[in-house]
Amino acid sequence: MTQQTLTQRIMANPQYQSVVRERSRFGWALTVLLCIAYYGFTLIIAFDKPLLATPISGGMVTSWGIPVGFGLIFLSVVMTGIYVRRSNHKFDAVIAGVLAKEVKS
Amino acid sequence: MNQKTFFAGLFRPLAFIMLAAAAPVAFAAGGIGETQKQPVNWTAILMFGLFVGLTLWITKWAAGRTRSVSDFYTAGGGITGFQNGLAIAGDYMSAASFLGISAAVMMTGFDGLIYSIGFLVGWPFLTFILAERLRNLGRFTFADVVAYRFKQEPVRIFAASGTLVVVAFYLIAQMVGAGQLIKLLFGLDYTYAVVIVGILMMAYVLFGGMTATTWVQISKAALLLGGATFMAFMVMMVHGFNVEKLFSEAVAIKGDVSIMGPGGFIKDPISGISFGMALMFGTAGLPHILMRFFTVPDAREARKSVFWATTWTGYFYLLTFIIGFGAIIFVSKNPAFLDADGNLLGGINMAAVHLANAVGGNIFLGFMSAVAFATILAVVSGLALSGASAVSHDIYATVIKKGKASSREELRVSRLTTIGLGILAIVLGIAFEQQNVAFMVSLAFAIAASANFPALLLSILWKNCTTRGAYLGGFAGLLSALLMTILSAPVWVDTLGNPAGSAPFPYASPAIFSMPIGFISIWLISLLDRSKQAESDRAGFDEQTVRSETGIGAAKATSHSLSQEPEAPPVMQQT
Repeated sequence: MTQQTLTQRIMANPQYQSVVRERSRFGWALTVLLCIAYYGFTLIIAFDKPLLATPISGGMVTSWGIPVGFGLIFLSVVMTGIYVRRSNHKFDAVIAGVLAKEVKS
Repeated sequence: MNQKTFFAGLFRPLAFIMLAAAAPVAFAAGGIGETQKQPVNWTAILMFGLFVGLTLWITKWAAGRTRSVSDFYTAGGGITGFQNGLAIAGDYMSAASFLGISAAVMMTGFDGLIYSIGFLVGWPFLTFILAERLRNLGRFTFADVVAYRFKQEPVRIFAASGTLVVVAFYLIAQMVGAGQLIKLLFGLDYTYAVVIVGILMMAYVLFGGMTATTWVQISKAALLLGGATFMAFMVMMVHGFNVEKLFSEAVAIKGDVSIMGPGGFIKDPISGISFGMALMFGTAGLPHILMRFFTVPDAREARKSVFWATTWTGYFYLLTFIIGFGAIIFVSKNPAFLDADGNLLGGINMAAVHLANAVGGNIFLGFMSAVAFATILAVVSGLALSGASAVSHDIYATVIKKGKASSREELRVSRLTTIGLGILAIVLGIAFEQQNVAFMVSLAFAIAASANFPALLLSILWKNCTTRGAYLGGFAGLLSALLMTILSAPVWVDTLGNPAGSAPFPYASPAIFSMPIGFISIWLISLLDRSKQAESDRAGFDEQTVRSETGIGAAKATSHSLSQEPEAPPVMQQT
C-alpha cells in the first residue's frame, strides 16, 4: 500500500476526524483562556494600577495582586497538566486505535 | 546604585531583558556602567571548579555515546519527558532570571512578578498548539518542521537565518553577562569569564553533543532549584510560613507599601501587550528550545516535557519572588551588605547572593555563586548546539549537499561550526564588554515571535501556506522586528548615541507590529502564489497533517537508546 492511500484512509476515518477535531478545539479553547487571563492581567495593570495594589482585607498588607499573580502561575501549570493528561490518556488511545485499524487493513 | 537610577532603568522600554539575559548588563543600560569587581572568592571558585569537573566527566561519558548525527543533535531521541522538562527549564532559567528577578523584586516588589509571569505563559501555549506536532514532524531542527512539505532550500535558508540571528543575539548577551557576573561573584577579570565560558561551551557541545548539553542543563536546573528552594525555605521559616507576615515585615522595612502593587513596569497598554506577545510567542519560536522537543522518543513524552518545564519554571519564579522579599528584609537594610553610601555591595544584582550569605553562611554563598555562573554554561551550550545544527543540518546537509551528506560529514561540519561559534562568542563577548547589549535578548524574543513562530504555525496548520509565503513572509517578520528594535530607544539612543527622546519607535517591544507583519506577509504571499511549487506545497498538506496528528512515520529514537531507559551517569541518578 502507498503512503498516499494510507493518508486518505486515516483522514476518512470518523474516529480520527472526531478526535483530531476535539483535541484541536480543546487546545485552542485553553489557548484562548490563557490569553484572556494573561492579557487581561496586563491590561488591568496598564489601565488601573491601584486595583491590584488593594489589600485583600483591611489591616492586611497582602494585596490582590499576590493571589492573582500566583494564580496565573498556578493556572499555567494546571492547564498544561490538564491538556497533557487528557492528550496522553484519552486522545492517544483513540489515535492508536485508528492507526492499528488503518495501517493493518 | 541608588533607587532612582534603578527606576530610570526600569522605565526604559526594554529593561525587561535584564531578566532573560544578563542582569548586570541591563543595569549598565540604566546608567550604572559595568559591575564592580569584588574580592576574589575562593569558595565560589572551588565550587564552580567542582561543577566543571562533574560536567566534563559527564561530557566524557556522553562522548562515548555520540556516534551519529542523531546522537549529536538529539541525544538519540532517548531522553524521557521528565528529564527533558528539567533540561528545558535549565535551558530557560538564566542566571539573570535568578539574580535579575530577585533584584527587581527587592527593588520594586510586585513588578518583578509581572516579568516572571510573561516568561511563563509561553509554555502552556507551546503545549496546547505545538509540542506534539513539532515532535511528529521534525527530526533535528525546527526547520525540519517548517520545510516539511515545502521546497527545501529557500525555507531552510530562512529558518537557519532565523535560528542564527536569535542564537547570536542571545549568545552575545549571555557572554557579556558571564563577564560581568564573574567580576561580581568570583572577583576575577571579565576576559577570564568570557574565555572560560566559550571554551567549556565548545567542550560540552563538541565532544558530548546533545547528550552532554542535556545533562549539563539537568544538573544546573537541579542545583539552581535546590539552592533557591533552600533560600526561600529559610526566608519562609523565619516568618512562620506565613506570607502575610513576610509581606508586612518587608513593607515595614522598606517603609513603602507600593511594593505590593504594580509599579512603573507596564507603562502603557501597547507596550504591555507587545512585551507579552514577544515573550509568549517568542518562547514558541526559540530554536534552542524547539530543538529540545526532538530529544524525546514520541509526542507523548514531548507533552510531558513541557508540563515538567512549566512546573519547574513556575516553581522557580515563585521562589525568586520569595527570595526578593527575603532580600528586602535581610539584605536591603543590613549594614553588612551595604557600602558607605548605603548601596548594595557589588551592585543591585547581588541581592540574591547576599541573601544566600545571610541565610546559609559563607559556604552557601560560594555554592550559589557557583550555581549562578554554572547556569550560564547550560544556556550557552544549548545555544551553540542549536546554531551548529542550523549550519550543519539545514545549510550544509540540506541546501549545499542536497540531502546527500554522509552522517560523518554532517557531524564534522557541526563540530567545525561549534568551534567557529565558540571563537566568535569569545571575540564578540570581549568586543561588547563596554557596549549596551541589553536589547539583544529582547530582540531575540521579538524575532523568534515575528519570524520563526509565524512560519512554523502557518506551515503546520494552514493548507494554503506555500514555500514562497513561508520564506519571504518569514524574512519580512525578521526584518521588521530587527528594524523596529534598532529604531527603539535602547538601540537608537543608548547604543547609537542619538539624543534622548529621539527614538522613532516608542514602544517596549516591536512584537505587536512585527508579529502581524510576519503573519500577514506569509498569508498574502501564499494566497497570491500561483506557481507550480505552490501546488505541490498544498498537495502535501494532508499527509503532513495526518503525520502531525498521529505521529505515523515520525522519527524514532535510535535503537541503542530506545531499547532501555536512557542510562544516566551514576552521579546524576541521585540528584
